[in-house]
Amino acid sequence: MDEIFKPSRRTFLRGSAAIAAGTVAGQAVAQDGPDPKITELQDWASYTGVGVDETPYGLPISFESDVVRRNVEWLTASPISSINFTPIHALDGTITPQGCAFERHHSGAIELSKDDYRLMINGLVDRPLIFTYADLERLPRENHVYFCECAANTGMEWAGAQLNGAQFTHGMIHNMEYTGVPLRTLLREAGLDAAGDLADKWVYVEGADASSNGRSIPMEKALDDVLVAFKANGEALRMEHGYPVRLVVPGWEGNMWVKWLRRVQVTDMAVGSREETSKYTDVYENGIARKWTWVMDAKSVITSPSPQMPITHGQGPLVISGLAWSGHGQITRVDVSKDGGITWETARLGKQGDTKALTRFYLDTDWDGSPMLLQSRAIDETGYVQPTKDQLREKRGENAVYHNNCIQTWFVNEEGVAENVEVS
Amino acid sequence: MSKSLNLFVPAIGGTALLLGLAYGISSREYGAATIDSLEARVQQIEANAAQATAEAQAAAAEAARLLQEREELAALAAVSGASLTAPAPVIEGTYGLGRVAFDEEIAAWDVDVLPDGRGLPEGRGDVFTGEEVFVDKCASCHGDFAEGVGNWPVLAGGFDTLANRDPVKTVGSYWPYLSTAWDYINRSMPFGEAGTLTPDETYAIVAYLLYSNNMVDDDFELSHENFTEVEMYNADGFVVDDRPELEYAEWRTEPCMENCKESVEITMRATFLDVTPDEEVEAAVSAPAPEATPAVAVAEDAGGIDPALIAAGEGAFRQCQTCHQVGDGARNRTGPVLNGMIGQTIGSVDGFRYSGVFEQANAAGEVWTAESLAAFLTDPRGTMAGTKMAFRGVGDEAEVAALIAYLQSFAD
Repeated sequence: MDEIFKPSRRTFLRGSAAIAAGTVAGQAVAQDGPDPKITELQDWASYTGVGVDETPYGLPISFESDVVRRNVEWLTASPISSINFTPIHALDGTITPQGCAFERHHSGAIELSKDDYRLMINGLVDRPLIFTYADLERLPRENHVYFCECAANTGMEWAGAQLNGAQFTHGMIHNMEYTGVPLRTLLREAGLDAAGDLADKWVYVEGADASSNGRSIPMEKALDDVLVAFKANGEALRMEHGYPVRLVVPGWEGNMWVKWLRRVQVTDMAVGSREETSKYTDVYENGIARKWTWVMDAKSVITSPSPQMPITHGQGPLVISGLAWSGHGQITRVDVSKDGGITWETARLGKQGDTKALTRFYLDTDWDGSPMLLQSRAIDETGYVQPTKDQLREKRGENAVYHNNCIQTWFVNEEGVAENVEVS
Repeated sequence: MSKSLNLFVPAIGGTALLLGLAYGISSREYGAATIDSLEARVQQIEANAAQATAEAQAAAAEAARLLQEREELAALAAVSGASLTAPAPVIEGTYGLGRVAFDEEIAAWDVDVLPDGRGLPEGRGDVFTGEEVFVDKCASCHGDFAEGVGNWPVLAGGFDTLANRDPVKTVGSYWPYLSTAWDYINRSMPFGEAGTLTPDETYAIVAYLLYSNNMVDDDFELSHENFTEVEMYNADGFVVDDRPELEYAEWRTEPCMENCKESVEITMRATFLDVTPDEEVEAAVSAPAPEATPAVAVAEDAGGIDPALIAAGEGAFRQCQTCHQVGDGARNRTGPVLNGMIGQTIGSVDGFRYSGVFEQANAAGEVWTAESLAAFLTDPRGTMAGTKMAFRGVGDEAEVAALIAYLQSFAD
């Protein structure tokens, strides 16, 4: 295995730099003498710090300024119709701070005030209604934590290992606590008698931006757990996530979570909008495409170690950490392999997973410094086991673009440098 | 339970103490009448005390019953997870919130077109007209022949490529419904000027797209009357999600934990491709950049313009980069190359197709000055009515000055 485990020059340089940095920022190792950080009076222990009004709304401290959303420019024609990636490699726990949660716009993020906000419910309803933002705040609301994953997350990896970092391979995801009104409450306000039998009915939802990003959602889902949300993680939604109101469609692909939600229309058929025909349909090897592939299947990824998070502390205690999620419900188990899938160990869940929300897992291990091929494998409450890349390709080919929930492999070399690879 | 019973015991004891005290006083100091009166009062008080004791016992029993109920509920909650949390209530009737929409409001927003043609407004447009509109409003991104510019979508061709390694998914080769094209163009195109096309223009553009895909002849006219007669090439190319049958059944099994395969080899590495954005970008973002060195170097050509202003302009220019390039190797994109702009005749960049207002300015020999550029950047459409530049303008004067300084740093 030795020769194939040699890192490329570029990776090697990055790894060396990381290790050098590690000795500066890093662990409590044996010192030759007393540590001047302790024995000498430090500025911060002597001078006063900043006052309370320095930043009325705080940002992370400057030392964390690399923990930001990143864009892959060659993916799209313009940042106005594009996507960026959550720095999942550098986060822990499960909640994604809004400020670094990935963005996906089709015509750019718009500034829409609460005063200018209107929501129309129309189509096959008894009373077509207009709601203001203030109206929404008077309806009974709920709190739920849900993941939102773009259907194209990991989409660049179908044909092979391509992007070197968990942020880029798996960062089209975020996980927030939403506050909102169930969509069924609004539909009941408008009255569904006019729709007759609801079994074959749909709601068509669209945004107020230039793209409008319309999507059709079956009535059964609309009346189940869809939320009309106006808060995330306790505060107002950010502009880039649909301020003041977005749709939350738990467990289903992010494109359906319409931002700047302005209209919900009850229809008797799927509209067949651009976003549900020309996009967000999955072409398979024979050229036939699957449509209405809404649910995000169970998936997981090790966020550390990973290419952006090399091991900098050498041998000894090592925390392997990652995220798992399923659009079908709760994550019940995550297995981790250090040898590319020959043997597996069951990881520890940070806490019992919420349904359709990110679950944090840990494998607390003792690293002997030998190379590892790290993989994680999620299992959800339906018993579904996250497939390998080959299993997925066998079913779907390499052209599907969307819904790649394959097992990810990171190769970690003797120096702790990690790289995105594919294995046999 | 015992705790709340204790609350009542001192109260009963207190009553007995009071009664004993009263009796002692009466037998020593007062006459018979007074004693009779006192005895009657004592009897009354004893009766009251008995009633109070009964009430206290009843209250204690009720408290005990409530406590037991609470303990039972707590036990139940521990077993079943039941709690006081609950979903938003469903009520009989409605909350009566929201107001009834006006027909005009519904007409303004409910513009979606269904696959069976419902929702289409009356109108018509032919291929010839469509080509004119397309070249004027769409070609800067999609190419004159709908072939796509740069990374912008290809709209024509790609037939019989869907089973290839890199399928070309166009309106012709992939889209199952023509309604999708009409609906999307009508509501969301042109990019940056959504919602400005007339129904006739949209019919014409869609007719031209059909022509670009060799699906109609050049004398074709599309209208609300013949819309649903158009047959789409890939109409039957879609199946409803069949993962439950084809995948879930197979993958809902207990997975292997040991000796799952004989050996493992690395078959591909991301570093071979080397397409990951560089980490150095982060340093550029995070560092406060005391002196932006690249800008200083450029500034030598820029005749002593404040390097800090150029650096600020470089940041502000990010909003322009979507459409405009500057510097060595710059090419026309959605917008023209902006090198050497100040002093240049307006609308004179080779190979860029300008709007009418820019062509007129060019014909009149008008030249970009710092003043005219500032006016244009502040209010593009107010200054050059009819410009294709889909940009709201820069509100901040300092930002305009920085942008101009930055542009001045790029000579021809």
